[in-house]
Amino acid sequence: MEKIAIVGVAQTKYERRKKGEIFYDMVYEVTTKAMEDAGYTLDDIDNVITVSNDFWDGRTISCMAVQEVAGAHDKNVSTVEGDGAFGAFYGAMRVLGGFKTTLVVTHSKGSEGDSKVITNAMFDPVYHRALGLDAISSSALQAQAYMEKYGITEEQCAMVSVKNHGNAKNNPCAQLPMNITVEDVMRSRKIADPLKLLDCSPVSDGAAAIIIADKDSAKKARNTPVWIKGIAHCSDAYFLGDRDLADPRALKDAAARAYAMAGITRPRDEIDVVELYDAFSYMEPLWLEGMGFCNQGDGGRMIEKGISVKGGSLPVNPSGGVLSAHPVLTAGLARIIESTLQLRGEADERQVPGARTALAHGINGPCGQSHCVWILGRE
Amino acid sequence: MARRVAIVGAGQTHHKSHRLDVNGREMINEAVMRALADSEITITDIDAIIIGNMDHFESINYVDTWSVEGSGGVMKPIMKVTTGGTTGTSVAIAAYYHVASGLFDRVLAIGWEKNSESDTTAAIVTCSDPVWDRFSYSGAIPSLATEASAYMEQYGATQEDAARVAVRDRTHALNNPYAQMYNRPITIQDVMESSMLAYPIKLLDVCPRTDGACAVVFAAEGIAEKMIPRPAWIKSTAVRHTTTWFGDVDYDTGMLSLQRAAREAYEKAGIKNPAEDFDVAELYLPYSYAGLKWIEALGFCGPGEGPAFVGEGNTDMGGIIPMNPSGGVISTNCIGATALLRVAEAAIQIMGKGEKRQVPDVKTALATGFGGCWWSDVVILTGDKP
Amino acid sequence: MAAWLQDVEDLTLKGQINVPYTWSVGEVGSRFLVALRDEEKILGNRCPSCNTVYVPPRKNCGSCFKDIDDNQWAELGPEGVVTAFTIVRYDYPLQPAKAPFAYAIIKLDGADVGFVHLIRQGLEKLRNGVRVKALFKEERTGHILDIDSFVLLEA
Ligand SMILES: [Zn+2]
Repeated sequence: MEKIAIVGVAQTKYERRKKGEIFYDMVYEVTTKAMEDAGYTLDDIDNVITVSNDFWDGRTISCMAVQEVAGAHDKNVSTVEGDGAFGAFYGAMRVLGGFKTTLVVTHSKGSEGDSKVITNAMFDPVYHRALGLDAISSSALQAQAYMEKYGITEEQCAMVSVKNHGNAKNNPCAQLPMNITVEDVMRSRKIADPLKLLDCSPVSDGAAAIIIADKDSAKKARNTPVWIKGIAHCSDAYFLGDRDLADPRALKDAAARAYAMAGITRPRDEIDVVELYDAFSYMEPLWLEGMGFCNQGDGGRMIEKGISVKGGSLPVNPSGGVLSAHPVLTAGLARIIESTLQLRGEADERQVPGARTALAHGINGPCGQSHCVWILGRE
Repeated sequence: MARRVAIVGAGQTHHKSHRLDVNGREMINEAVMRALADSEITITDIDAIIIGNMDHFESINYVDTWSVEGSGGVMKPIMKVTTGGTTGTSVAIAAYYHVASGLFDRVLAIGWEKNSESDTTAAIVTCSDPVWDRFSYSGAIPSLATEASAYMEQYGATQEDAARVAVRDRTHALNNPYAQMYNRPITIQDVMESSMLAYPIKLLDVCPRTDGACAVVFAAEGIAEKMIPRPAWIKSTAVRHTTTWFGDVDYDTGMLSLQRAAREAYEKAGIKNPAEDFDVAELYLPYSYAGLKWIEALGFCGPGEGPAFVGEGNTDMGGIIPMNPSGGVISTNCIGATALLRVAEAAIQIMGKGEKRQVPDVKTALATGFGGCWWSDVVILTGDKP
Repeated sequence: MAAWLQDVEDLTLKGQINVPYTWSVGEVGSRFLVALRDEEKILGNRCPSCNTVYVPPRKNCGSCFKDIDDNQWAELGPEGVVTAFTIVRYDYPLQPAKAPFAYAIIKLDGADVGFVHLIRQGLEKLRNGVRVKALFKEERTGHILDIDSFVLLEA
């Protein structure tokens, strides 16, 4: 793969409800800040990818809302509907395919819709939608299948929540920085067994943007470029009953291809920091297994050993992760932005010292059906 | 350096107003199997998939993950690209970049819609801003009617001039067994006597609602030439999706987004005189008046000259620049597939697989997409490797 | 900050996308739903390439990407084994049952994939591996909820 880099990043603060700002305002904020971060003007951007979703936005052709504020006036532009990591993937392909600089911008106002109705619409209208499944109850099925199969305990999952909400205290953009204990998680309200309130991410409002540039354009940027070393995505089967919910095989496939592109053979040794899509606490150990950081079924023990805490040998979600802010569609791009900040050495209080290689991750569909894996590096 | 990319096969369903015999996934599968057969490959040869439609026409959230069983996306990279009416060209252009990037060698682009499953207008009106536009001026017909009446006022075009476009497309559909309006020719009188929807647009001036899907296989240079004798190379693409509010559209300056997209795409492709340089055009003309005004934006004739250009037969089969040999959007409109069908049909013309709708010796073809808030996409294909 | 921002009232607007839908089930799915309605039977079908028995039945196998032809139908269940479940503790209008109730993935006898449905009773005894049986509604309309739920069988 040719050398392409992330040269500008921006995100809003993630909040439960942004009252004063509509889509346009949030997108305009991150678009201008990302250009400022890169030291670019709009003339330096030659194409735009927006990310939106008609269900979450409550409108058809939801991308219509943000074309102008994304700086797309009289420019080539397109829209990915899905997590921001996938949108950024298309943005990267456009730079590899002939453009010089792609601005990728995502927005989400979860507060404006009904997340249960919206995620119920992921399920097949004939067979599953009438059952009332939504993101929480379907994920609870996955959590139970996974935890039961490998003896992952609720306490181990609780430790993820404690760690990530604690990490969020170092992230000024996070929605839910919290000092909590394993007991707090265990005693929080039961939602859908084995998930309790503090195992679940919130639904957030927020926006994020990155600028991806080719090698020459990256030289003109104000910041140290963060290079895209490997990218890959993959989807599992759709029907929940067709999948082994405890085996994230699509993630394994995507990770393997991303590692191969990046020349990574020993991910546990070669990757310094991970920002993954932990919409629920059980997802962190399950995705870590899928990424090959431990053997299948060892994700719980990895948490217990403290490997993934901020000072551990493989810090995971030093930003606080999706558990601490879940702007749907934006959350995967936020993982890429946090990884970029880590590699630039600009992650302030949440900085992992000496981070040189990072993994960022996004998901689409029910129970992490589709995964997108990014390997980013300083060199 | 970007790799060169070609279309090596296409498949489509036999488009109908209602396909009750299949669900959406199964309908997608029909088009995919036909595209794979046309390219003489199997799903294992496909490295990635791009799919698009419009969410609220079927109420499926995350269509990429919902559709994998039909699209072939189980354990493959798949993403959803959607931009309203331009979805099909957006999907095609995304497929182009998948291959041009060097990350994927053969990819599948899919557009589909099952318009029978919902109330198209009830869904489409929600495209406009919920605070400012949705209650007053939204959906497709009102803004198209505004454009049409402004064009008539400006250049003295008549309803009969527009009807000529609808008649042309429906006549061309006689040659396309996939078209929804296959074997259903109409006359200018039929158009004039059809019911008035919003002055000056009448029922037969506008596209129908269709259940259908289209799938197109894109392949990289070095692979495409080995797959088929005459791949359809992507020469250039350009997109303008600028406007957000319908009220911002200036109807007196021509079809601005199309002018701008065409200018960029023509420049990249070295097109100087479109009527001569193109051998065929598959245009996203959702209603008849666009067949007068928008061909001016594309430079086939000057401002106000559309009615005469079409009236003289220049755009008929056998004319200087045959338009919509497939029958166009007026004969088939499965919205998420509609713009991809334009690209597929343009490629079919270059590959020489147009059968009864084939234009002889097509070297360079134009495909367009239209949608959103007066947005335009332009794709130029060629038989000679660029 | 501009002065007017200090005390501007943030307005919101309520709305809903009101679109009625009529989804095509497809021929294969229609046969499945008709069998639920008319015969209280759960039909699956077998992929001739990989031998997977699917429920609900499929027109094509997603993994092999081949059509599943006509004569591969099989009657499944009505009993099966729970392979995953969750007890839902919140109520929501979309749900066809009042909390607490369970969603379960059930491996029906004769099937190779799981079938997602509801369990209303005996939640305290619910474990992976317990056997359950489909309980059909009296009034059936050709709908996935013609199966009211699955009930636990005594060990
Ligand atoms: Zn099979």
